[in-house]
Amino acid sequence: MAQQTIRQAINQAFHQEMERDSTVILMGEDIIGGTGSPGEEEAWGGAMGIYKGLYREYGDRLLDTPLSEAAFVGAAIGAATCGMRPVAELMFIDFLGVCFDQIFNQAAKFRYMFGGKAQTPVVIRTMYGAGLSAAAQHSQTLTSVFTHVPGIKVVCPSNPYDAKGLMIEAIRDNDPVIYCEHKKIYDTIGDVPGEMYRIPFGEAEIRRDGDDVTIATYGMMVHRALEAADNLAADGIECEVVDLRTLSPLDTDTVLESVENTGHLVVVDEAPPRCSVAADVAAQVARDGFRDLKAPVGMVTAPHTPVPFSPELEKHFVPSADKIAACVRDTLDD
Amino acid sequence: MTKAITMPKWGLSMKEGLVGDWLVAEGAEVAAGTEVVLVETEKIAGGVEAAEAGTLRRAVAATGDTLPVGALLGVLAGADTPDAEVDAFVTEFQANFVPEETDAEEGGDQTETIQVGEFSVNYLRQGSGARTAVLLHGFGGDLNNWLFNQAALAEHRTVIALDLPGHGLTTKKVANGNLLCMVHVLQNLMERLDVAQADWVGHSMGGAIAMQLALTRPDLVRSLTLLASAGLGPEINADYLQGFAASRNRRELRPHVRQLFADPSLVTRQLVADLLKYKRLDGVQECLEALAYQLSDAAGQADAVRPVLDSGAIPTLVIWGADDRIIPASHARALPNQDNVHILDNTGHMVQMERAPDVNRLITAFWTTQA
Repeated sequence: MAQQTIRQAINQAFHQEMERDSTVILMGEDIIGGTGSPGEEEAWGGAMGIYKGLYREYGDRLLDTPLSEAAFVGAAIGAATCGMRPVAELMFIDFLGVCFDQIFNQAAKFRYMFGGKAQTPVVIRTMYGAGLSAAAQHSQTLTSVFTHVPGIKVVCPSNPYDAKGLMIEAIRDNDPVIYCEHKKIYDTIGDVPGEMYRIPFGEAEIRRDGDDVTIATYGMMVHRALEAADNLAADGIECEVVDLRTLSPLDTDTVLESVENTGHLVVVDEAPPRCSVAADVAAQVARDGFRDLKAPVGMVTAPHTPVPFSPELEKHFVPSADKIAACVRDTLDD
Repeated sequence: MTKAITMPKWGLSMKEGLVGDWLVAEGAEVAAGTEVVLVETEKIAGGVEAAEAGTLRRAVAATGDTLPVGALLGVLAGADTPDAEVDAFVTEFQANFVPEETDAEEGGDQTETIQVGEFSVNYLRQGSGARTAVLLHGFGGDLNNWLFNQAALAEHRTVIALDLPGHGLTTKKVANGNLLCMVHVLQNLMERLDVAQADWVGHSMGGAIAMQLALTRPDLVRSLTLLASAGLGPEINADYLQGFAASRNRRELRPHVRQLFADPSLVTRQLVADLLKYKRLDGVQECLEALAYQLSDAAGQADAVRPVLDSGAIPTLVIWGADDRIIPASHARALPNQDNVHILDNTGHMVQMERAPDVNRLITAFWTTQA
């Protein structure tokens, strides 16, 4: 099986789905190289190089859009209701504010408000997370803003295998899907089958087995949690790391089953603590798994502040493996 | 005679293994083929066997150690070999041991693909014998089902393990799923690989395919080894077939997969996860449903292919697990000629994995009688 990066896995999913289904189109700022800039086409393959090779193959099924999220995200949603399967790129999740009406009042509501007669098979790819010193307006983890809204699905892969399978599932799904990519893990490498495959939404995956503490998280934090688990294993503490993979729908059963065995839970999220995915998981386990818990749920998140620009401060802002390990120890000592 | 017991290489991706419990104490005598120590990889757990008879003089690797492929696990020597000689052997081995560079790109065994009509067939070739053997896995399996067998068998034959149509990395198409579709691809594959005749080893569905091949193209078949084979009797666990095909997630799949082994603890989370990855490839669902439908008619299939054994013209070895919950061992017991029938106790459907040393020995001995 071939090794690919997350970047390559998403690119391959686009290639294969565009070949399979002519209604799949891609839209976004600079995904070709900039409107009206012939000769520069595909110079980058989009801001993160995801689109390399696609323009040559599929030409005008890639739409370089003006710098207006409200317009092109709205256009993608409209095209989806008319039979296309658009994938629109919201370059930074932080720009959500300018197009949120299109997402939460339009896309999320069509199926419901038209009595099931409309479907909106749109995918909105977006990049989240800190770590590049991109400052407070380009570094947020706004995943829980989406999970709060019924009617949209939210996906957040941590590795190349999941990135491809979840993207194919997102494109084929008949509802709006927000596909969140952490900007620091595009070069993460892993085995990816060359064939097409789907990963169903609402299924968490256990990345590491352990009997002492359950760590539930998603996206880049899965890697930090695994690093913490490796360090703790040296002291004989075995963590079970649950990768949530999709945040809406959310597979709480897998977390609950794990907590049934470990009796301890630590939730990890790069988002600020209030109303986050971490808070959601903690609340659900407190309600449905209370009798299995031997200690209060531990929580490792960013502080409730904007993301700092200073690299040194940013390093302290993002939950580290050390902080996760310390929280695991606290939970066990409680 | 002083001999190293080393970390085995089970499957192409294995780079290291976790040393489990020692099954034999230091100083104990062991027969050739005795399992001496357990090893666990990400994907599978199994026993490492003594290559020859002797005394386990040193258990070098400790339970819990993670060691690279080829690393020293223990030392086998005569009971009268002086301690100093054994210690010198260990010292020298450790001084010279360099973990193999398991760079997938170079060296090591690689699977290959070959285009056969509209099928891209994935296979692994090991060994260099003048005679060729072909290993056919069962329903929902792939060439990794022969993880514990292929290298051992390759000491006696050129051994080709392949992913059947609809499985592994081969094209995910099986037409209506009947045996003739499979046989058609195998015939063409043998031609492409320039193999005129082979010893065929089939597990479960693979056994029925081998029998059908022997009916269609007897010239291609030197001998048949049938492991827990379909096509020999009227019963099959249709709930398993349909359940395996229909399962959409690990909770649904795990109980079905556990039926494959006498010891269900062999069904690791990774094993179930890998099966799910396979089942989620485009086209696989349709293939499995078609195959399950055909295999469910065990009586019809047996009527079609079992007569190939009647004349006794093709040398045939039959191996079964006594506790097989997919296809009952009674099918083996009902065969008129019991000379080459072996039913292994405490063994389930995956007989070649659960009893690899026994199965390897039986097949090798059977082949030797053919020479």
